[in-house]
Amino acid sequence: MSTMLAIKELRSYYGQVQALHGLELSIREGAVTTLLGANGAGKTTTIRAVCNMVRSTGSIEFEGKSLMGRPTESIVQYGIAHVPQGRGTFTTMTVEENLQLGAITRKDIKAIGADIEKMYAYFPVLKQRHTQQAGTLSGGEQQMLAVARALMLRPRLMLLDEPSFGLAPLVVRDLFGILRKINQEDKVTILVVEQNAQLALELAETAFVIETGRIVMSGDAKEIANNEDIRKSYLGY
Amino acid sequence: MELFVNQVLAGISTGAIYACMALAVVMIYQAIDHLNFAQGEMAMFSTFIAYQLMQWGVPYWWTFPLTLIISFAGGIAIERALFKPLGNAPVLVHVAGFIALFAILNSVAGLTWDWTIKQFPTPFGNAPFLGSQLISTHQAGMIGITFILLILLFVFFRFTRVGLAMRAAAALPESAKLVGINVSWMIALGWGMASGIGAIAGILIAPVVFLEPNMMGGVLVYGFASAVLGGLTSPFGAVMGGFLVGVFENLVGTYIPGVGNELKLPIALALIVTVLVLKPGGLFGRAYVQRV
Ligand SMILES: Nc1ncnc2c1ncn2[C@@H]1O[C@H](COP(=O)(O)OP(=O)(O)O)[C@@H](O)[C@H]1O
Ligand SMILES: [Mg+2]
Repeated sequence: MSTMLAIKELRSYYGQVQALHGLELSIREGAVTTLLGANGAGKTTTIRAVCNMVRSTGSIEFEGKSLMGRPTESIVQYGIAHVPQGRGTFTTMTVEENLQLGAITRKDIKAIGADIEKMYAYFPVLKQRHTQQAGTLSGGEQQMLAVARALMLRPRLMLLDEPSFGLAPLVVRDLFGILRKINQEDKVTILVVEQNAQLALELAETAFVIETGRIVMSGDAKEIANNEDIRKSYLGY
Repeated sequence: MELFVNQVLAGISTGAIYACMALAVVMIYQAIDHLNFAQGEMAMFSTFIAYQLMQWGVPYWWTFPLTLIISFAGGIAIERALFKPLGNAPVLVHVAGFIALFAILNSVAGLTWDWTIKQFPTPFGNAPFLGSQLISTHQAGMIGITFILLILLFVFFRFTRVGLAMRAAAALPESAKLVGINVSWMIALGWGMASGIGAIAGILIAPVVFLEPNMMGGVLVYGFASAVLGGLTSPFGAVMGGFLVGVFENLVGTYIPGVGNELKLPIALALIVTVLVLKPGGLFGRAYVQRV
């Protein structure tokens, strides 16, 4: 399988503060990749850099085309959907309007309605609440909505920033099950950023571990999950 | 009783002026999250453009759409040239920008068309409306147009993709960019629409207050007050706020001894402050629930 996203020598800055120090990461097409690391390691910064939401140098290529310097709003044109940390729900709008916003750049307007129905099939709770203001949903429901909103783009690559954050373990299981299904049935390539290493390693094929802005470890997710030494020293469990 | 009904009617007809201006205020607030202090002057300038077109012999029913288009484009141009470069500068810098714009438009209008008051025509005529001495056909027409505008705005924001994108851009710019919305252009579009609505307001108001560079001074204060009273996030609230302010102002002037014309404004404003203390979102502003 070919490389879909290749990040090289990535350095990112918040004002004078450097958050990433020459980060290297690559994602294979069709795979689920996870980026693991402690709080403040630079996970969010990495995927924000892909969408040009933080000042960066280095190279980020999507299928050979450079994403550096592209305005954030143009990233969807490559079929990249970003589910941001904190979910980015449009809380004052209805559930259905949130889904429509996910498809706001699509030209095939006629197909959007069917895709919304498809999301309701994936996430029945969203159908029950489709006219409700999105801010009234529970945390888990809002995360479902964020994933559904991203899928409405019909993305080729989905970037998820800590989807398990703040959710009950059962809800996280559900959500990760759906992510697996999306990857396998809809052929969406996924990069999932997580602090919750155990679950993410079950879902992913490849894992990268980030510490203070650098990748310190990478490899097959199953191997990492089974290697106690690596787990203890890098993932702390 | 008849006095009361008459005063309410008179209040509704002045309220239509405020309602119209309040719509423009809400429009820009939706787009940029600020009140634009130069909005009244933009409306005044648009009205002068209409005046100029008519001076050149353009018929009224051509003047109206032409002025709308020019004002819409002008609003976008002002945003691109003046406010986009300010970007994420602090609010006070934007306020300075509004004041500069205010001063520029006011003096340019004065220098170009001088400071004397001018008659401005109305397409509705000035006969008593349905035999009432208190509402003229012009004022009735104005109320009608305000409601048509309100319905159009409602349909635009609720049922069109661009309207949805504009709301998203205003509510959550970061998320809006991530779904592919060009937030910067949505803001420019908001300026264009606010400027166009302001032009309609100016053209409707000018026959009542006469056309001159300072015609909007008082009206904008009332427009702000109405929008705030009704809820800055709700076009419907802004219009209702306009009528309420108009009616209330009139009733206060009529029934509270010694108030007369001079004290109407402060008392009306005091009421508004009271309402806002009790209901900070305005009377019609939606209360949003947020769970985390
Ligand atoms: N807006 C910001 N301003 C300044 N520093 C920031 C900002 N966001 C993140 N940082 C810093 O960048 C580093 C990486 O943060 P982040 O990418 O959010 O980590 P993670 O997502 O792994 O928790 C941290 O040291 C953090 O303090
Ligand atoms: Mg983070």
